[in-house]
Amino acid sequence: MSVFSIEVLLALLGLVIIAAAAFLPQVSDRVLAWTGIAGCGGALLLLTVASKALPAFVAPFYSLDSLALFYKGFALVITALVLWLVTESEKTLGGYSLDGRFGELIGLPLIVCTGMMWMASAKDLVTVFVTLELVTVSFYVLVAYTRKSALSLEAGVKYLILGAAATGVLIYGSAWVYGATGSLTFEGIAAAVKNPAVDKSVLLFGSVFLLAGVGFKVAAAPFHMWVPDVYQGASTPVTTFLSVGSKASGFIVLTRVIDALLADGSRVAGEVTGMLLISAAITILLGSLPAIFQTSVKRLLAYSSISHAGFLLLALASGAPVRLDLSSGGIVAFYLATYLPMTVLAFFVLCVARRHGIGDSLDEIKGLGRRSPLLAFLLTIAMASLAGLPLTAGFLGKMLVFIAAVDHGYWGVIGCAVVGAAAGFYYYFKVILAIYTNEGSAEEPLRLSIASQAIATSLAIVIVFLGIYPRPLQMALVSSTGAHVNAQK
Amino acid sequence: MSLLEIVIFLPILAALAIWLGLPARATSVTVALINLLIVGWVALGFDAGRLGAGEYAHVSSRVVLENPAIAFAVGIDGMSLILALLTTLVTFAAVWQIFAEKDAVFHIASLLISAGALGAFLSTDLFFIYGFHELALIPTFLMIALHGHGDREARRAVAWKITVYLGLASLVLLAGLAALVLNLSEGPVLTFDLTALAHKSASLPAATQEWIFFTLLLGFGALVSLFPFHSWAAPAYATAPTSVAMLHAGVLKKFGLYGLLRIAMPLLPLGAQAPWIQHALLLMLLGNILVMGLVTIHQSRLDDMLANSSVMHMGYIFLGIAAGNELALKGAVVLMFAHGISIALSFALCGRMRNQLGTLEFDKLGGLATHAPMLAVVFAFAAFASIGLPGLANFAGEVMVFAGTFDTKLWSPERLNALQWTTILALWGVVMSAVYMLRAYRKLFFGTAASGLYMKDPSAGQRVPLVLLAAVLLIVGCCPSTLIDLMKTAWTTAKVAGL
Repeated sequence: MSVFSIEVLLALLGLVIIAAAAFLPQVSDRVLAWTGIAGCGGALLLLTVASKALPAFVAPFYSLDSLALFYKGFALVITALVLWLVTESEKTLGGYSLDGRFGELIGLPLIVCTGMMWMASAKDLVTVFVTLELVTVSFYVLVAYTRKSALSLEAGVKYLILGAAATGVLIYGSAWVYGATGSLTFEGIAAAVKNPAVDKSVLLFGSVFLLAGVGFKVAAAPFHMWVPDVYQGASTPVTTFLSVGSKASGFIVLTRVIDALLADGSRVAGEVTGMLLISAAITILLGSLPAIFQTSVKRLLAYSSISHAGFLLLALASGAPVRLDLSSGGIVAFYLATYLPMTVLAFFVLCVARRHGIGDSLDEIKGLGRRSPLLAFLLTIAMASLAGLPLTAGFLGKMLVFIAAVDHGYWGVIGCAVVGAAAGFYYYFKVILAIYTNEGSAEEPLRLSIASQAIATSLAIVIVFLGIYPRPLQMALVSSTGAHVNAQK
Repeated sequence: MSLLEIVIFLPILAALAIWLGLPARATSVTVALINLLIVGWVALGFDAGRLGAGEYAHVSSRVVLENPAIAFAVGIDGMSLILALLTTLVTFAAVWQIFAEKDAVFHIASLLISAGALGAFLSTDLFFIYGFHELALIPTFLMIALHGHGDREARRAVAWKITVYLGLASLVLLAGLAALVLNLSEGPVLTFDLTALAHKSASLPAATQEWIFFTLLLGFGALVSLFPFHSWAAPAYATAPTSVAMLHAGVLKKFGLYGLLRIAMPLLPLGAQAPWIQHALLLMLLGNILVMGLVTIHQSRLDDMLANSSVMHMGYIFLGIAAGNELALKGAVVLMFAHGISIALSFALCGRMRNQLGTLEFDKLGGLATHAPMLAVVFAFAAFASIGLPGLANFAGEVMVFAGTFDTKLWSPERLNALQWTTILALWGVVMSAVYMLRAYRKLFFGTAASGLYMKDPSAGQRVPLVLLAAVLLIVGCCPSTLIDLMKTAWTTAKVAGL
């Protein structure tokens, strides 16, 4: 069995679940959700044992380097966690649909997951486009899914219109790049950027649109305007999925595109790096400075997600750092791997709070520390890690980015990153402070199932473990991106 | 598992256990006592003569990352041993003096701060030195914001100030440390190991050393409330719950000084000697001593006065660092220890007073000695130590620092240079200390209270931490060699590097 067929099976599972939700009323959504989670778990298992040989017909458009394998695993993990969040939000979600069912919210993430897994293997811009659309179109539905909520509808429309425009821009850019280089594959583009016969201005013109299109998906400034409204309007599990899954899939594409455009001897390296650096700087600032003034935790996390995208862009712009085993793609993967548990944990707390009628404003989460000491403690760890405090996973990601940037001497952007990180201390601590403030809050404790407690606690343990002992993750990435770097050279 | 690892992780485990439901007071006091005994035992068995330059005892190392090479490495030499002693002593006193009716969170926070400080002092890897210090800062922020004194808005404002201030300082520090790692790593692998980084320090160009040193000086300096980056400190200590004030002012603040002594000076010897950095440092520390001295004199409340005096006294330790010879540096370490103990004792007493009297304003208080003679005696220890009276620990440190700045290698009798002039001006700070401390003492303990406020002596049990700290001040003051002998070789790296 090849890795390729796992994705096909996963998409089938998604369709089966959607059909079951429509035609089998006796099967509860909870059962469907756990089936989906089991499917992701099984796929993850298969991914490790499946043969890495590819059928001949997919080989031209499907690569299986270890970076691809890493992102496939990443997609499966985040999908399973999102489905878990869906079960946690059961009550909330049921209230928003017409018949109290939300099967599509379980089936579609599996299809998104298929898209993300496939995207990780994309070798050319056509596959990127197809898989990106598979992901994005599913997200149009997911974002607007809680259709009784006005905010959700607003988010859906915003995401649809801006997303469609971004797709157009992406396609337009791809066409120009093809026109300049005569190739749609990353290999071909990497070869063409060194070729003096290629018209540099045409290639640059195309690259700008290409980067803008992908930049929209990863919430890079100045294409980040949609993020706060969409994150706030979408139901929390979907927001989590957008924040981690969609961002990660955007970054795998961006990694491939940038690797091609910045290949050794590239004639556009200076301009592309410049664009990335400028975008990184303003993304960090436009993410973290407005976050200071947010009163809704969800919006705050949306801005924080923008700011994290800025750090990831900075890592990409730094290229292969001189003295790290990790390539820039490896650093991005490392950062995303640390970003996953802390973001999921933060949104999980919001899900549970929502179930108990607590909204997501800073005022409403007051007293959480007394109502559920465990949740408050876990949220504290997640926030500390998002802020990038040492001994949590978040610090190491930021540290690698800083080292890479300092190695290249990008001092201006580093200055912005320092400002962004300092602002982070403020707004993340604002959340911690709110949950431990006790005045005027209800006393009723929050209920959590044992399974949820176990999963949430293990996410927190992963955060601290990776913060103190990141070696396993690094080993996995060095072996994967080592091959990746060598392949480039 | 090495002894030092146990010392670092025991408080963290205890904090976790308390959170899960173990009796707070019993657990934290027991753990603090165990830690104190372990560190004391290590100190008794510590033979400074056996350690060579840049060597550590009780070493253990666990690799956590290959490239950049990061290891959870611990080790101890004279300086870190003295600071570990300080930490365990103050922790023990701080958790003991927490009143029985207080929330468990006071114990948890104290233990976490203690663990962070111990981790920072005992690690020999830059990554963990930095990381543990940050770990200790979080509970500090939270405790000030949530359980500080004063009304809610005011303590929130103070907590934010210290969060943003120290957060920024940490980032500046991080930038400096990153530059250190990038410039001093040999070969293809970046390393965070202090010993490995030292190999290349001699060959780094002076200009590079200077700007990295200056970055580190600003970063570490702001963490120690070096003038003009000091304005977070006084309100923070005045607002913080007693145990947190004791631990932060007494122990955690010393981290910045420790960092300069352990990291910046040995690794960047040329940076430390650069005249412009020297002059900048001298100016800043004069700001600490003279400006903050005057500010302290003008305080009308005991907590504000103690908090400001704590900022002021950092100036003397910086003076020792600026002098940079063996005597002055050893003096600086003794002074770090002495100041830590004396300020912790002061804040413990101040906390008792606030609790029983409800006010700390000098004008309202008086005659406390009548009903609380024991308290008056212990307060005298803290106050006199703070002034630098002979026989108490601070005196030993200050004398060593002052004498060190007049080392024959640093000046010629014909002409005083900037360092000696600074010392001469700094000596006036001692006069200022005497002015505000003695005045406070007179107002608090003699005369009569404006509104008949009085307080009782602490119960026998509550005397333990106070007597312990006062005794340490006296012992170290009478035979400072107990500490100085621990540091026989701590300075060899610095000396080899040309200090």
